[in-house]
Amino acid sequence: MFRFFAQRSNLSGWALASPLSLVLVFFLICPIIMIVIVSFWGATEFSIYPAFQWDNYEFLFSSSVTYTVFLKTFMYAFITWAITLILGFTVAYYLAFHIKSLTWQIALFLLCTIPFWTSNIIRMISWIPFLGRNGIANETLIQLGLISEPVEWLLFSDFAVILAFVHLYTLFMVVPIFNTMMRIDHSLLEAARDAGANGFQTLVNVIIPLCKPGIMIGSIFVVTLVMGDFITVRFMSGSQSANVGRLISNDVGLLQYPSASATAVVLLLTVLITIGIMLRFVNIRKEL
Amino acid sequence: MERRSLSFYVLSFVFALFILFLYGPTITIGILSLQGPNGGLTFPMNGMSFHWFYNLFEQQAVGDIWGSFSRSFALGFMVMVITVVVSVMGGLAFRKKFIGSGFIFYLVITSLIIPSILISLGVGLIFNQLGWDVHWSTSGLGSQLTWTLPFGLLIMFAVFNRFDKSYEEAARDLGATPWQTIRFVVLPIIGPSLIGVALFGFTLSYDEFARTLLTAGSYNTLPLEIFGMTTNVTTPVLYALGTLTTVFSFIVIGVFLGVAIYLQRRKKRLGSDAHSGMV
Repeated sequence: MFRFFAQRSNLSGWALASPLSLVLVFFLICPIIMIVIVSFWGATEFSIYPAFQWDNYEFLFSSSVTYTVFLKTFMYAFITWAITLILGFTVAYYLAFHIKSLTWQIALFLLCTIPFWTSNIIRMISWIPFLGRNGIANETLIQLGLISEPVEWLLFSDFAVILAFVHLYTLFMVVPIFNTMMRIDHSLLEAARDAGANGFQTLVNVIIPLCKPGIMIGSIFVVTLVMGDFITVRFMSGSQSANVGRLISNDVGLLQYPSASATAVVLLLTVLITIGIMLRFVNIRKEL
Repeated sequence: MERRSLSFYVLSFVFALFILFLYGPTITIGILSLQGPNGGLTFPMNGMSFHWFYNLFEQQAVGDIWGSFSRSFALGFMVMVITVVVSVMGGLAFRKKFIGSGFIFYLVITSLIIPSILISLGVGLIFNQLGWDVHWSTSGLGSQLTWTLPFGLLIMFAVFNRFDKSYEEAARDLGATPWQTIRFVVLPIIGPSLIGVALFGFTLSYDEFARTLLTAGSYNTLPLEIFGMTTNVTTPVLYALGTLTTVFSFIVIGVFLGVAIYLQRRKKRLGSDAHSGMV
């Protein structure tokens, strides 16, 4: 009898999960398998042909560009992570603990979320009038007398890339951290105060440890988005900087699919290992 | 009422700066899109006009904006419907322990964190090798689903984690079939959250770039068209298009939020007759 129910639960579970699984099998697993296969293929200038050779990987690992580009990718990820973490935590903290009315909390939270639902490309474009040579930033700095000539490194530079990343992805920190903060029992904070902790001590010893799951989820989002990005780097650096994503898209542009695939496989492994390390600290499914 | 501390004012200031940081650039291109016909990409304003907006409606001026807009809209709608249905089904499935659920869960997480270009490249290669044409409504649709479904599913997890199962038990005790339980009890309760899933489905698809880059085929979606413009258009017409798209996004978000609030109110209003019985 019990086994019968267990089987029925399996059956209906599978039935309900089947559309999801089908999409993921065909558009996630198959593409990954395909990329792994093609990464061993060969390419001429116009076409690709099936083969089993390690040339693409050999070339990838023997080229010094690869290491520079991977290093750059990690640098973007790390700096963006650090900034979005501090900024996102501050914003979430303000919303969760300083705004007392729920209506205001929701309203301000939505205000932070709305840009997420608009186009990333347009949000990148919209930095041009700010950062350009004759842009608002330069004009303001000149008027303030801080600089005498327009600075060139505002737009089309690593600075612009990271600024855009922070602009696009801070939200991915705010939401999960805010979510965990809202579930902190306020009596814990009172207990901390009663026990003589000042605001800073409460923050460090009570709030931050309790927010760890949210911080981890936000970090995973930001790190993977930045590591997998290619369009922000291309646009904001004016094609002057490269990360791994751009390496792939350049190969794709040259129809060098096998070499693009090999790079993609290495990128995927890098991202998965990074996430694997991060996931050791938190159980995502419990925290939703 | 406690007195506001100094940190409140400091943090309020930081928050205001953050909001300015988020919206400032968008507002700036909104203003610059009103440049006069001789205006450039940066300030100062060279007169004020709707010149660049008119320009968008002229056929030869820029690429196939309206075609790409209608494709993006249709695609967003398709992705939205599929995301809602599949996420709800998936959410229901994950409430039960079934063999393989752990594996599917990890697939969903993988789908969320995998670099978009891998999906684009992989799907493109598969279609290529099978001799199928990539098209926004087939390969593009599937690729976008790998981005919207994880969000939909995560929302459903959050919803069902907070769902009080005693409602369903009550329905079952009253003799409701499993389908009736879902149709008349579960769906009305989770209704407002489904609007959230729909909002994610539509907007994420409407704005998606990387996953459609190699899978949209010869007919561009709007983000692809806009990105193409960035390399060869150097007039404020780019800002006009950006502003128009953003306004459209705001309208979409407003409609979804409005519907969600309406459903929430309706739920509160109608929820109260539970004790008076169904006739």
